[in-house]
Parts: sequence; structure tokens; C-alpha cells
Amino acid sequence: MEHVNSGRHISSQFDEELKEVRNAVLSMGGVVEKQLTDAIQAIKTSDHELADRVLSNDTRVNALEMDIDNACTQLIAKRQPTARDLRQIIATFKTIADLERIGDEVKRIAAVAKESFSSEQQHLLAALENLGQLVLNMLRTVLNAFARMDAEEALEVHRTDQGIDRQYEGMLRQLMTYMMEDPRSIPKIMDVVFSARSLERIGDRCQNIAEYVIYNVHGKDVRHTSDEDMEQTVRKSR
Amino acid sequence: MQNSQSSPDIASQQTAITARNVEVFYGDTQAIKGIDLDVRNNEVLSFIGPSGCGKSTFLRCLNRMNDTIDSCRVTGSIELDGQDIYHSSVDEVLLRAKVGMVFQKPNPFPKSIYDNIAYGPKLHGLVERKPELDEIVESSLRRAGLWEEVKDRLNEPGTGLSGGQQQRLCIARTIAVSPEVILMDEPCSALDPIATGIIEELIHDLKEKFTIVIVTHNMQQAARVSDRTAFFHLGEVVEVSETDDLFTNPKHKRTEDYITGRYG
Repeated sequence: MEHVNSGRHISSQFDEELKEVRNAVLSMGGVVEKQLTDAIQAIKTSDHELADRVLSNDTRVNALEMDIDNACTQLIAKRQPTARDLRQIIATFKTIADLERIGDEVKRIAAVAKESFSSEQQHLLAALENLGQLVLNMLRTVLNAFARMDAEEALEVHRTDQGIDRQYEGMLRQLMTYMMEDPRSIPKIMDVVFSARSLERIGDRCQNIAEYVIYNVHGKDVRHTSDEDMEQTVRKSR
Repeated sequence: MQNSQSSPDIASQQTAITARNVEVFYGDTQAIKGIDLDVRNNEVLSFIGPSGCGKSTFLRCLNRMNDTIDSCRVTGSIELDGQDIYHSSVDEVLLRAKVGMVFQKPNPFPKSIYDNIAYGPKLHGLVERKPELDEIVESSLRRAGLWEEVKDRLNEPGTGLSGGQQQRLCIARTIAVSPEVILMDEPCSALDPIATGIIEELIHDLKEKFTIVIVTHNMQQAARVSDRTAFFHLGEVVEVSETDDLFTNPKHKRTEDYITGRYG
């Protein structure tokens, strides 16, 4: 009992189970990331077939969420996890719920990709694609932060969201101007507004995941706290 | 150690037991190394830690139970309500009435259920008349949640009860002499989950009136029943924290490794 084995549990099976859950979250993240990439590509290239694939692939995301939910429930029932193990499982539960909701938002974006836009309306889609790339980067970074359990990176992701919010607001102002200029285009522009809204929501959900990573690493719930408090939590070494 | 000390006036109101620099030796072997710990009034404080870490030894210091072991030597100071319990003027028998103890294995006297409870109050001269004694027996058994199960067979031997009932009888026997503090040394380790659940419920009820210190190997039990938890390791208290914090976000790596099962 005198030797502290810093990495592994006495039960190697428990280690395996935790690792499997972690890997499953990363796989789910990978699927969601691919979905978003494809949805943005479908918008950019007006690829209706790709948009259809995105729509049908959402069931995979849902199935993964249920599998991981079940694995976490089993871990709690069998292992009664504590401390960082418990936090990992709680963070996982919450992360996969947000990933699943990101999947739903991606579906909304893919549905817009199936709409037909005239050549004059293509510039609307270009703005959407720009926002999409920013959000996609944010999603990739937060998944990396989760994979490495890197609170610093999670903090960076959290900050990125402010930029996305600003871009989203700018885009809305621009779209409103278009609507006033040409009321006939309102239905199409509303489609773009909803997609932009979905992208903005994905950014918020990435922000949530970043908060779970910080919680997992530092044991402090940083939701609804100021940026300064969050930074202090992350910088403070144990 | 890690628990912060408030000003003496406030501390004396809040603290039932104050231990400072307590060291325990069995012959030449040091089992406890300079422990500072406060037990607050009406709290449930759990001691957890691997076997041989000193948690039971330290518990037994709190009512001088270690005095019964010849090779055992205790140094430092332990105060109950501001009085040094190791002072030469202290009567150990009276001390153990004030700081009662419940053991791992239920150990009822080979006497009737009634006499098991009545023994302490009679010994300490707490009662003069039979009706008073009857009242103490009933109230103690009620408080231990055993009255309804045994009220019709008070003259039957205590040893005829089930394990869980015997343990509650021992708890009733302890509270019959109105202690301030109840020490419990793995009180549920010989019991099944149902009996364990009943004792845990009882601990929750008892803390309204008593201060409880419990040693347990079952971390989930510590998490369920206690307000604060102390983690013992190699004769030291590594960490004393609110139980809610200790099991979700322990301050020390040694605590974290132990509670997450990472000792190899």
C-alpha cells in the first residue's frame, strides 16, 4: 500500500472500461465533426446528395450517444467512481449530450443545403460558409482539448466563441439589410438565418464542452462564471 | 492539520474533541505521526484509509481504549470540551461513558436485551428507581431504532438477535449512558446491505444529539453518512475535507489515488 501507482487502477478492467468510454466519445466527436464538414461542403457546392448523406448519418450520432450513455451508467453502477474518474464520467455524459445536439443542428444546416439558391443569392451562402469554417475549427479544437484533457486549450476555445458571436451578429445585420432591399428574397434569407443560428448554437455547445473539460481537469464547475474566474481556475496549479 | 482553526472562543463552541500533535507507539513502532484534528459538535466525521494507516488506532485514542494495550504509548494532547482526557485525574470509565464506542463485531453482553441497556446507567448511578431505568431502556432502544422489534422480548438474551439487531443493541447500550461522542469502528463490516442501510440511517438520526466519529473501509459509506472525511495514510492525516469535496475533488494526490483505487 505504500507505493502510489499514479496512472492505473488496481483493477485493470476499470482502466480499460474508462479508456473505452473515452475513445467512444472521441469517435462520436469524429463523426459529428465529419457531419459538420460535409454539411458546410454541401452548402458550398450545393451538393444535395451529400446533404442527404448528412441527414441520414445523424442516426449514427444518436446511436453512439446511447451506447456511451449505457457504458457510463454501467461504470457508475459497477465501479462507484470517485474524484477524477467520477468527473470524467460526468463530463462524458454532458459532452455527448452536447455532441448529439450539435448533430441535430448540423441536420438543420444540411436541410438548407438542399434548397436551391439563385446565382444572385450565392453570396449569402459564402458568408454562411465562412462562419461554418470558424465553428468547425472550434469544434475540432474542443475535441482535441477533450482528447488531451487540456484545460488551457479548452479555455482558448471558450474565448473563440466571442468571435463567432460577433460574426453571427454582423451576418444578421447584413441579412436584414438584404431583406429590406428585396422582400421577395426573405424566405431564402430566413433559411440562411436559421443555418447561421445553428452554427452559432454549435459554437455555444463547443463552449459547453470546453467547460466540461475544465471541470474534468480542475474539479471546478466554471459554467456561468466570468472569463477571469475561469482563467484563474485554469491557471491555478494544484 | 489541514483543517483551519478558528479563534479559541468560537472553536470551543464548535469543537467536541481537539487533538494536537498526537503520536502513538506500539513498542518501538510509531503508528501515528503527529496528528492534529478537530471533531466538531454534532458532526459525523469519517476516517478512511488503507489497512494499517492508523485510523482505528487514532480512534481508540479518543476514549483511551489504547490504554488497555500494554505496549501502547500515546503522546500529544487530546481534549474533550477543553479538558485533557489523558490527565491523571480523568476516570477512564467515566470518559468512556462520555465517549462511547461501537465495535466492528457486535458484542452484546451475554445477558438479556433489557440488561444490556440497563448495565451502563446502573453502573454509572444514573438512575435510582426501576421506572427511570425502564424509561432509559425504552428511549435508548427507540433511538437505536430497535424498540419495535424487541419490546415484547426484553428478557430474551441479546445474543439471540440478528447481527444487525445486535449492532443496534450495542448502539442503544452506548447511548443509554448519554455520551457526547460515539466512536464507531467499522460498525457495518459484519453486516449485510439491509442491516448496513439501517445503521447508516440511524447514524444520520443520531447526529442530531451526538457527535459521531466512524472508521470505515467502505468509502461509499463514508460518502453517504459523513459530513467530513479524514483520509489517513501511513499514520498521518493527509486531508480532512467536507465529504462532498473529498470524493469529487480531493486536494491531495495521495487522497485521489486512494479513493479512485489507484494504489498498487
